[in-house]
Amino acid sequence: MILLADILSATILFAVPLLLVALGGMFSERSGVINIALEGIMVVGALMSCLFLSAVNARYDTVNGLVNTAMRDRGEIFQRMVEYARGIGADLPQELGKISSTTHLVNQGFLTRAQAVSYLLDNGLVTGFADADMRMFRLINDYPQLMMLAAVMVAGISGMVYSLLLAFASIHLKADQTIGGTALNMLAPAFAVVLTWAIQGQGNTTILIPNWIRITGETDSFFGRLIFKSCYLTTPIALCLLAVAAVVLYKTRLGLRLRACGEHPQAAASVGVNVYKMRYTGVLFSGFLGGVGGLAFTVAAGSGFQSSVAGYGFLALAVMIFGNWKPLNIFFASLFFALFKVIGSYAGTISFLPKFENIASSDYIYLMVPYIVTMIVLVLTGKKSRAPKAEGIPYDKGQR
Amino acid sequence: MREFFKKRGVLSCISSLVAIAAGLLLGLALLFGFNADKAMYGFRNMMLTGITSLEKLGKVFYTAAPLLMTGLSVGFAFKTGLFNIGASGQFTMGAFFALVGAIQFQLPWWVCMLLAIAGGALWGAIPGIFKAYFNVNEVISAIMFNWIGLFVVNLTLSNMPVMLANNWGEITKDRTAKLINANAGAILPKMGMDKLMGSSYVNCGILIAVLFAVAVWIILSKTTVGYELKACGYNRDASQYAGINAKRNIILAMTISGALAGLGGSIYFLSGSTQYTLLKVLQSMGFNGIPVALLGASHPLATIFSALFISYLQVGGDAMQPEFAKEIIDIIIAAIIYMSAFALLMQQGIRKLLTKKHDVPKASLEKEADKA
Repeated sequence: MILLADILSATILFAVPLLLVALGGMFSERSGVINIALEGIMVVGALMSCLFLSAVNARYDTVNGLVNTAMRDRGEIFQRMVEYARGIGADLPQELGKISSTTHLVNQGFLTRAQAVSYLLDNGLVTGFADADMRMFRLINDYPQLMMLAAVMVAGISGMVYSLLLAFASIHLKADQTIGGTALNMLAPAFAVVLTWAIQGQGNTTILIPNWIRITGETDSFFGRLIFKSCYLTTPIALCLLAVAAVVLYKTRLGLRLRACGEHPQAAASVGVNVYKMRYTGVLFSGFLGGVGGLAFTVAAGSGFQSSVAGYGFLALAVMIFGNWKPLNIFFASLFFALFKVIGSYAGTISFLPKFENIASSDYIYLMVPYIVTMIVLVLTGKKSRAPKAEGIPYDKGQR
Repeated sequence: MREFFKKRGVLSCISSLVAIAAGLLLGLALLFGFNADKAMYGFRNMMLTGITSLEKLGKVFYTAAPLLMTGLSVGFAFKTGLFNIGASGQFTMGAFFALVGAIQFQLPWWVCMLLAIAGGALWGAIPGIFKAYFNVNEVISAIMFNWIGLFVVNLTLSNMPVMLANNWGEITKDRTAKLINANAGAILPKMGMDKLMGSSYVNCGILIAVLFAVAVWIILSKTTVGYELKACGYNRDASQYAGINAKRNIILAMTISGALAGLGGSIYFLSGSTQYTLLKVLQSMGFNGIPVALLGASHPLATIFSALFISYLQVGGDAMQPEFAKEIIDIIIAAIIYMSAFALLMQQGIRKLLTKKHDVPKASLEKEADKA
């Protein structure tokens, strides 16, 4: 059962970036602009939000290091901490025995870490840092998810700004949408490498993400493990955005107009819809979702940001087509893709899957499965596939 | 003189040059932004390394050959109205067929090349078949088959002990054998170019690639087959109405496109300087074909120059290290392509500029615009 929880948890973790980015692609294509630049948008969103997180974390770390030193102290600071602990009613034994530092107190459960940290800071027992660092440390210590939310916004907004490049070329200048998108896909990772080098110094191509962004909880029960094994703020946000996307697309005036511009822009224009505005809206939505998706991918991949999102932008395009440009279908399609990806990496530990013992490197077989299954499904649904009719065609006012 | 400037080919050439100049300026600005003291030094290295020594020029030719093949592959598909984003998979498949021929079956280089063409063609035909018969968008199926191709090749190579380097006197087993150990007859002939240029990299690959560029140009612009392929690209329904078998043509276009990319794979890996490494990463050479094709406006002969240009910049980019990341080159190329997306706009601008000075009857102008 624990294995099942692990698999489901990993599936959700990897489905989130696919879901977000595919929804982004959906908005763009429904408004009539093919957004092949999703990969690049993801990279930019991930780059900016990871830089943001690592900048914030640098301030956090300066204080955190000093706090940890203070907590290892066995002298005066520890004595005062013991007094404080007894003062707030902790049931400390008379003979402390092996307990000789604040860290031990916390580990034995006499104090929570938050209590110890705020006692240290309130009484000026930790010194040697700027006030701004201190404020940042307290903010992150008390509300880590607030910072993560800020990072999500950074990712989304930088994705939007980047997608403006695509919007400008393909809507205003009527350029070929795939060409513009390809250029942006090429630009983003190169830009990320160059910027990372410039900021972190030569050869340091990985931006590490701090571990306080993870939402923790008990992982002993089935559902606890399912939810908290690898839970980040991006997961609930993605689910909210899915609901918002479905409502916006089908239940609002904006959604109706946007869809009209993807089907027959001239007809939409004839009843007074501003096609340019609608298409810009669609591309900007996709920029936001793509940027957040980039961050979601980076936290899912787990080893920091390395100037790439490993083809997930293109995979999301496949998810979008598989999902037939509809929000709910896209949701299931992303779960499906993620499930097969995860099964591939867990294949060795699942007893009922064949092991291919006489074949070297058999993990490749499982890695292939999601792609092959997708092809089969695309063949089965190919005749029913309904792409927006006007996607990829620049809107020309004069044409009727 | 003005008439000369109004020709479509000349116009698109000018707009390409403007795009290139703009991209290079952006690159220079970036260099100044990151390290102003070394900026001119870096820029000079980037721009001049390729011609200052014959050895570096050899490296330019060496990288340009496979780039030209993948560029031709993507450009050919563009001409027939398809977007072959699967050049990476076809490149990998071609490399695989060529290397199996070379190492497992000890065949000479030209047979290996034919095998590579077959391998690439096979991998290109599959998305074509999916498009023609099942209405699956070729972009998506090509992306899928990039990964499937990569995994199939890696899986097969892992299970062919003869192919791996550790069977031929090396320690590593995560890559294929060095051709010099396994089968020197499969290495592309250098034709004396290595001695002439003093570069161990250069070989006849670039000549073969140029030959194929000319062949593709002839097929596209001088033969019935090419005409039908292009007609399908412009308007599938109209060409079907005119009695052209659109389904057959889609598959044929993707097959040829795949064959070109596959040949590129063999040129790259039969050079003797590279070993195929078993990684879970797609071959970037296939994707680099896209900018090559776009910069050359998908014209086979123009693609020769764009491949040489991009490879020239890449060799220059290597020389910029360690002061600057060589990815600056990618930024420049991306900017150039982004700018060339405005080609149509730029051409109209140039045409306007010329007509202001010289009155041209309006009707003939519109005719020109229609052609463009």
